[in-house]
Amino acid sequence: MNRYPPWKYALIAIALVVGIVYTLPNFFPEVPAVQISTSKTNIKIDAATLQTAEDALKAAGIAYRGESVDPTGIKIRFADADTQLKAKDVLQQRLGDGYIVALNLISSSPQWLAAIGARPMYLGLDLRGGVHFMLQVDMKAALDKAADRYLSDIRSLLREKKVLYAGIAREGQTVAVRFRDAAERDRANQEIGTAFPDLLVKEGDATGEFKLQASLKPEAQKRIQDGAVQQNITILRNRVNELGVAEPIVQQQGGDRVVVQLPGVQDTARAKDILGRTATLEIRMVNEDPGALEAAMAGQVPLGSDLFTERSGAPVLVKRPVVLTGDRINDAQPGFDGRTNEPAVHINLDGSGARIFKELTRDNVGKRMAIVLVEKGKAEVVTAPVIREEIGGGKVQISGRMSTREANDVSLLMRAGALAAPMEIVEERTVGPSLGKENIDKGFNSVIYGFIALSVFICIYYALMGVISTISLAVNLLLLIALLSMLQATLTLPGIAAIALTLGMAIDANVLINERIREELRWGDTPHAAIQAGYERAWGTILDSNVTTLIAGLALLIFGTGPVRGFAVVHCLGIMTSMFSAVFVSRGLVALLYGGRKKLDKISIGQVWKPASAALATPNR
Amino acid sequence: MEFFRITRVIPFMRYALVFNVISLVTFLLAVILLAVRGLNFGVDFKGGTVIEIAYSHPADLARVRGVIDKMNLGEFAVQSFGSANSALIRLPLKEGLSSAQLSEKVMGALKADDPAVAQQRVEFVGPQVGKELYENGALALLLVCFGIVAYLAMRFEWRFAVSAIAANLHDVVIILGFFALFQWEFSLPVLAAILAVLGYSVNESVVIADRIRENFRKMRKASVPEVINSAITSTLSRTIITHGCTLMMVLSILFFGGETLHYFALALAVGICFGIYSSALVMAALVMWLGVSREDLVRADRKAGPGGVEKILP
Repeated sequence: MNRYPPWKYALIAIALVVGIVYTLPNFFPEVPAVQISTSKTNIKIDAATLQTAEDALKAAGIAYRGESVDPTGIKIRFADADTQLKAKDVLQQRLGDGYIVALNLISSSPQWLAAIGARPMYLGLDLRGGVHFMLQVDMKAALDKAADRYLSDIRSLLREKKVLYAGIAREGQTVAVRFRDAAERDRANQEIGTAFPDLLVKEGDATGEFKLQASLKPEAQKRIQDGAVQQNITILRNRVNELGVAEPIVQQQGGDRVVVQLPGVQDTARAKDILGRTATLEIRMVNEDPGALEAAMAGQVPLGSDLFTERSGAPVLVKRPVVLTGDRINDAQPGFDGRTNEPAVHINLDGSGARIFKELTRDNVGKRMAIVLVEKGKAEVVTAPVIREEIGGGKVQISGRMSTREANDVSLLMRAGALAAPMEIVEERTVGPSLGKENIDKGFNSVIYGFIALSVFICIYYALMGVISTISLAVNLLLLIALLSMLQATLTLPGIAAIALTLGMAIDANVLINERIREELRWGDTPHAAIQAGYERAWGTILDSNVTTLIAGLALLIFGTGPVRGFAVVHCLGIMTSMFSAVFVSRGLVALLYGGRKKLDKISIGQVWKPASAALATPNR
Repeated sequence: MEFFRITRVIPFMRYALVFNVISLVTFLLAVILLAVRGLNFGVDFKGGTVIEIAYSHPADLARVRGVIDKMNLGEFAVQSFGSANSALIRLPLKEGLSSAQLSEKVMGALKADDPAVAQQRVEFVGPQVGKELYENGALALLLVCFGIVAYLAMRFEWRFAVSAIAANLHDVVIILGFFALFQWEFSLPVLAAILAVLGYSVNESVVIADRIRENFRKMRKASVPEVINSAITSTLSRTIITHGCTLMMVLSILFFGGETLHYFALALAVGICFGIYSSALVMAALVMWLGVSREDLVRADRKAGPGGVEKILP
């Protein structure tokens, strides 16, 4: 009686082993490390980079404890935080631009654990310290900008096609064109319709006036909005990389929001500064005086010129006056040259930009101009093409000596002059590192003390059956932590509270079972029958009550954000593990303890009090 | 050890009316409190900025107030937080003032006044986000109620579902009443706690409902109140021990979990205490008033039961 099939024991054993293995990494302390990665596609992080880094450290006399290379970059461990800081400076200096050298804490757990994917729990920002921003993209501004672009496009189109119009203006997000007669209006309607399939053109005649109203079709609006968010994310990523954060998160949330999480960042002012910064794009002429470049490279930069490097690494001498700024650029897209089929960047300038550019190109055919990106006081020449002919109409194409990838990069950088649409911080949560540490300790203490109090009570009240309940509760805790480590779910302070709460609720299943067994014993069942009935009857109740708790947990998971989500994840997982441990594990232990005995006189479940007159409940058995 | 030595079935249902009146009165009291005093919404729902600062010596709150007062930031509040060295500054949303720079400005002014200050935590929530969090919270509550009613109706019977959710929502309102009465801060974690309590109390109702169903099967001659009384009496010890255990954990969070989890734990504690009462007494009484009968629950067993069921049909 009360034997338990071997496969169930095997299942428990497997769960325990997996649980222990995946919980293990949490016990190894974290050690300071420096992480080297890159945001540039043309730089590879490999053994050679590691060799350079090691040489640099050795030259500076900095001792390190170990290193590893993985797809996310190189990680070098150090004995303490001071050495880590020193090493960061040394490495940054040695490796230079293009590499991100970030401070990080990495687990000191052995390699074989990492190899099977066993990592410590992923701590949320409230536990490890750091910054969380939620930024909202101003969609109205993005659409306004698009309308501005179409305004100048329509104007050029009508001029080109020699359609006579009386006036053109932007009214909100529609472009309104007025005409003197219906014939011209109809012609314009047709031209605009064929040239810009994204526009919805309506006739909006008022008294004595012929008018066309062009607005973006809803699907085009959506595309522009998505594009704006995507572009902003790309730009934010580039900027975050500069901050040297080990595991930054930049991702879209909902239709128009971007979440930026920077674990371990202390200097929030600087982070906000860099995220909110606007880079500027300048078009300047290249100084091509014979000998000037050579002189500049020798240290004699001619007056009125600056020496910059091109992205390819070649030096360029650029004249000071800015002929055109980036805000005149409406759009820059990678594409192909219509004639040669070479990769190219197509730039779309606004009205006055187009005029300036026309003059500039007319006067400087055969010369080079430089497109300079100035960010944080540092200038970089994106590209320096030769002007072949006069360019009017505001449509510029840069091509030649460019790969598709370069065309992509250049167009991105040209757009990066400004964010696609302004962003505003709508939520900020910053936690200092000492507070994070304190939160971990407090959360940990509340779990431990609560668990101890609970165990002591249960063991006294239910004797040996109480010990079994406590063991199954401990297994529950183990499995929950293993599951959290395995899934790398974000653990927050409310999440730790949820661990404590889950244990407090999980004991319910054990109490239900134990009370049921006592009750059966009270009515004179044999111990074996009481155990059997206790587990069987309690199971339905346990299932029902856990499902209702799970419903609450899932609702929190769906609607919760941030710390509440952390609570919900742990809560839901905890319900699953508690069902397993309360029913499977404790049953298995009972079977192990009592199952082998043929004749069982007594179960150690504390005193079972029997009323003198058996008048209580269940009389009709 | 055995705490509960109950010699006979306690006739809870004889006092059903009394319990329901008590419930109704506390419920109305909570509603009135909510209407009159309202909830003290935290920054999560109301929007605004919270800055936690720590000094290397005990914080002089009056001095901090003086510094911020000069900055003209609207209606702010400074209170002690956790230890004597810490303080919490609450700033309202202000039109036209860039939220991102606000905390920096305040920290700058405080640092100028006393360099021993360090910023521990900043939370800023814009008005739009606050409104959304509020709406999402309400939606979550609705979803939980709907989910639980649907599950209980499927698993038991609609009368149980309706009674359970009514009893447990009455708990929720009473917890909110406590928050209104003492003006405890209502934040996102508190909302999470309330939803967790809702799930947990329903679980309590399920245990009793389960026992009522089982007793309907076993006690074929007993009347409905007798069956309910017996069910409550026989689950009483479990109810109190389970809640005591959960409460132990919650108190551990309350005492050791620090200031951040304080109101979270309080909401849980109040909810658990009222959960015992409402599941056992309010829910069962409601089920009785709604006119639950044996055949509602034992329908599935009708073939198996020899007679019995038909006898009590009118």
